[in-house]
Amino acid sequence: MFSQSTHPFLEKKRIPVLFGIMAVLFVIVGQLQSWNLSLAILNLCLISAIMTLGANIQWGYAGIVNFGIMGFAALGGLAGVLVSMPPVQAGWQAGGMGLLGGGVIIVLTSVLAVFVWGRIKHITRWRYWMMTAVILSGYLVMRAIVDPAVEAIESIESAKAGHIGGLNLPILVSWVVGGIFAAGAAYVIGRISLGLRSDYLAIATLGISEIVIYVLKNEDWLARGVKNVNGLPRPVPYEIDLQAELWVINLASRLDTDVPEMSSIIVKLTYAGLFTIVLLMLFWLFETALRSPWGRMMRAIRDNEVAANAMGKHVTAKHLQVFVLGSAVIGLAGAMLTTLDGQFTPASYLPLRFTFLIWIMVIVGGSGNNFGSILGGFVIWFFWIESEPLGLWLMDVITAPLSETSALRGHLLASAAHMRLMTMGLIMLLMLRFAPQGLIPETKR
Amino acid sequence: MRYLVGEAMTGGYGDADILHDCTIGVDEGEIAVVVGPNGAGKSTAMKAVFGMLELRSGRVLMNGEDITALKPQERVRKGMGFVPQTNNVFPSLTVLENLEMGAFVRADDVTDTLSQVLELFPVLKEKADQPAGELSGGQRQQVAVGRALMTQPKVLMLDEPTAGVSPIVMDELFDRIIEVARTGIAILMVEQNAKQALHIADKGFVLVQGRNRYTDTGQALLADNDVRKAFLGG
Amino acid sequence: MDSLNALVVIANFVVVPGLAYGSQLALGALGVTMVYSVLRFSNFAHGELMSFGAMITVLMTWWLQEQNIGLGVLPTALIALPVAMLMTIFLALATDKVVFSYYRQKRSESVTYLIVSVGVMFTFGGLIRFIIGPADRVFTDGQRFLLKARAFKKMTGLNEGLAIKTTQGVTIIVAVIVVALIFWFLNKTKTGKSMRAYSDNEDLALLSGINPERVVMITWIITGALAALAGTLYGLDKSYKPFTYLSLLLPIFASAIVGGVGNPVGAIIGGYVIAFSELFITFAYKKVATYMLPGAWAPEGLVQLLSTDYKIAVSFVILLVVLLIRPTGLFAGKTI
Repeated sequence: MFSQSTHPFLEKKRIPVLFGIMAVLFVIVGQLQSWNLSLAILNLCLISAIMTLGANIQWGYAGIVNFGIMGFAALGGLAGVLVSMPPVQAGWQAGGMGLLGGGVIIVLTSVLAVFVWGRIKHITRWRYWMMTAVILSGYLVMRAIVDPAVEAIESIESAKAGHIGGLNLPILVSWVVGGIFAAGAAYVIGRISLGLRSDYLAIATLGISEIVIYVLKNEDWLARGVKNVNGLPRPVPYEIDLQAELWVINLASRLDTDVPEMSSIIVKLTYAGLFTIVLLMLFWLFETALRSPWGRMMRAIRDNEVAANAMGKHVTAKHLQVFVLGSAVIGLAGAMLTTLDGQFTPASYLPLRFTFLIWIMVIVGGSGNNFGSILGGFVIWFFWIESEPLGLWLMDVITAPLSETSALRGHLLASAAHMRLMTMGLIMLLMLRFAPQGLIPETKR
Repeated sequence: MRYLVGEAMTGGYGDADILHDCTIGVDEGEIAVVVGPNGAGKSTAMKAVFGMLELRSGRVLMNGEDITALKPQERVRKGMGFVPQTNNVFPSLTVLENLEMGAFVRADDVTDTLSQVLELFPVLKEKADQPAGELSGGQRQQVAVGRALMTQPKVLMLDEPTAGVSPIVMDELFDRIIEVARTGIAILMVEQNAKQALHIADKGFVLVQGRNRYTDTGQALLADNDVRKAFLGG
Repeated sequence: MDSLNALVVIANFVVVPGLAYGSQLALGALGVTMVYSVLRFSNFAHGELMSFGAMITVLMTWWLQEQNIGLGVLPTALIALPVAMLMTIFLALATDKVVFSYYRQKRSESVTYLIVSVGVMFTFGGLIRFIIGPADRVFTDGQRFLLKARAFKKMTGLNEGLAIKTTQGVTIIVAVIVVALIFWFLNKTKTGKSMRAYSDNEDLALLSGINPERVVMITWIITGALAALAGTLYGLDKSYKPFTYLSLLLPIFASAIVGGVGNPVGAIIGGYVIAFSELFITFAYKKVATYMLPGAWAPEGLVQLLSTDYKIAVSFVILLVVLLIRPTGLFAGKTI
């Protein structure tokens, strides 16, 4: 399909041509459906592209299989809440001490566990039981302190608060904090699991990301769990304010659209601007990194771990760097997503959407190539959204010969919405088989 | 005309040839031993005879038939048995199951062959129901040889059967190999322990850098001063 | 008397459900382990393969119910099951032919298979939702209970009841029969032994004349049958919802890894270890404690180590602990 041996001219022009096609697609959606929709897709494409950049630096540069993308994105989202929401003073008063006490106990238990482990490591027989006893007693003490505190916090205005709130800072700060949250988690996870074989690492990271989501769903005191946190502050103006602005009204009449539509478009464009700045910065950073000696070494390790190890490169340490860096970028994108949504909904984090879909983006775009990652994020998100109307239209055409009341036709039309999972799967399988390098292959430097 | 012969074999992995015009062979009921310094291409020569290496020139004949183009599996069906140097048993299968798997391609009744093999290697009878992976190195080699014998081969090829076993076990293994040869099977083996191996050999091939250096009977090679000095440690 | 009552509480809320859930996990893990030991990769599409099998059972059951064909007290799904197994085997073989065999020829690394299996997972998931939709489907019929709580109380005179659902009984019995069959096949038949040999030492298996393509084919046949079975039994016990099978994948991997990937005995024990850990850790011991302790000591809270919301998370934690402490599992893995 996209073999390496295509015409050199095409090869050189491949990147602008593919991105050009992408732009045309956005225009088509804008004209046929609505500009609002087109921009909504664009914004999520930008966020997807950033997540894909993060995943690509892990898989494409270093060959690390991270199936925990969902967890890092959710931690970024959590940062959005903890940074931007006003603190719930009553909650802190009711349970703050308990939470802090619990935190102290967790730290103490971990320190104690590490210390005890050092002492008993040589006792082969009972060490695991002794460790279990240490951790379990620490856990029970922690629960005894935290449980009443949590109950107190969750009972305060549970209909709209019931959690500790945040720091009341601008939500843009959470983009950085989200990256830091994810990086911290990635450091711990990486330290303990990067030595695993690739399929175990995949399963382990998937498991950890599920645990993160479980905690976010069930620990209501933190971010209200499945009750969600709504109404996060925005970094951009509100539509309702814009609609009162004279220049917006003028612009709307000049462009022949109504004012609410215009305000919504302006908001989306502002977001798009912010996201684009972040994307370009990361892209520049990653391209520089890829060309640097560090990037060369990373690829050397990926291509031949044994040889790199033999040459005295600390493979695990380098893997940890990349894992933390990539996860931080994913956390950043997660915070951006929560900002865009204006709400944090833990139940919406599903591995299909947040982990495996990003993987498809990496594979389709071209692993190891940053242009490829961005394109992959764009193409896949675009079709993830548009395959529904496309599928419906396709089904309509296919089933047109059937009578209006045919049960099969009804079923097929109703099922068309589910076409996108299958489409994504088939795209991924076809790419892996016929163009494993992706749309924009890695350039050999 | 020998029963099995690899004639004037030249070839190797990739571009560089390892074997240069190398000839080894063995007759029925005979033990032929390939010896030589490290990197002389002993194992490569063996693999070439078994078809695990593509030859640039030369041919492999078995009972007069040219089998150069056959795959290893097809050679097994023709009556060749091969015992690799390492990973030569199924570790989680019991000794008995290992032997049964040796006879996988046979559709006829294998009980006679099985009892012959168990008679030849009495220790395997004791350990019949134990996973082969739990046996000692020497016992495992016996399982490996026994497994190869289950197809009732006419030629048995052994790649360093005594690698990593103690001298006592080595002597015992050689005794067993002599017994196998007495049943009329041709035995072609590569050995690191050149001196001991040549003692039991009817025929010896000394290879150096992929070429035949000396070829004679085992006794003659042992008696040859040059060979002794250069390859057998005096 | 009190201690008997306490035991019945545990039996009712932990032992019986644990045996049923453990059997479902064990059958799933057995499939994962078979693929791993012969094809040497972790199959992320296994959950969807189970879902596909269950879906066929649901569709067949509906059709049978329309025809008024049933098994009386037993669920109609048992008649539908063989068809579902056949269809799932067909799907598994077709997928191998179209997708996986190519990478086998290329001798791809196991991580490539892993990513390919994610693509297969998406495709299967889409296919299933396309055919049956994403909704929750109950397809259990026949008699609901083998043993009713009230009947048990009357029979024994205890305060606490013990209920056994028909689906739980069916699950456990079917699992025992199937596991026995699989072990008989692997240990007693020539083909089964050749599969174990291939898994043990691929090169030597080739030298012994074992045909790898045949081994692979039989592996997919067994895997497909097991997947349909595990998926159906899980769906019968809970209900059929396509979405749940992806989340079931992790407990299944956990079972396989805890027992030692590639080791069928381990997969089965792993299934029960995971199931019982989930239940014991999230079980509220209040009632048991009330029976066992003197009146004044009776606890106020639920006496629960972890809230039931974290049930599945328990299996992930066990999975992680095993991966970090002993990645080869409790029973050294990598053999069938």
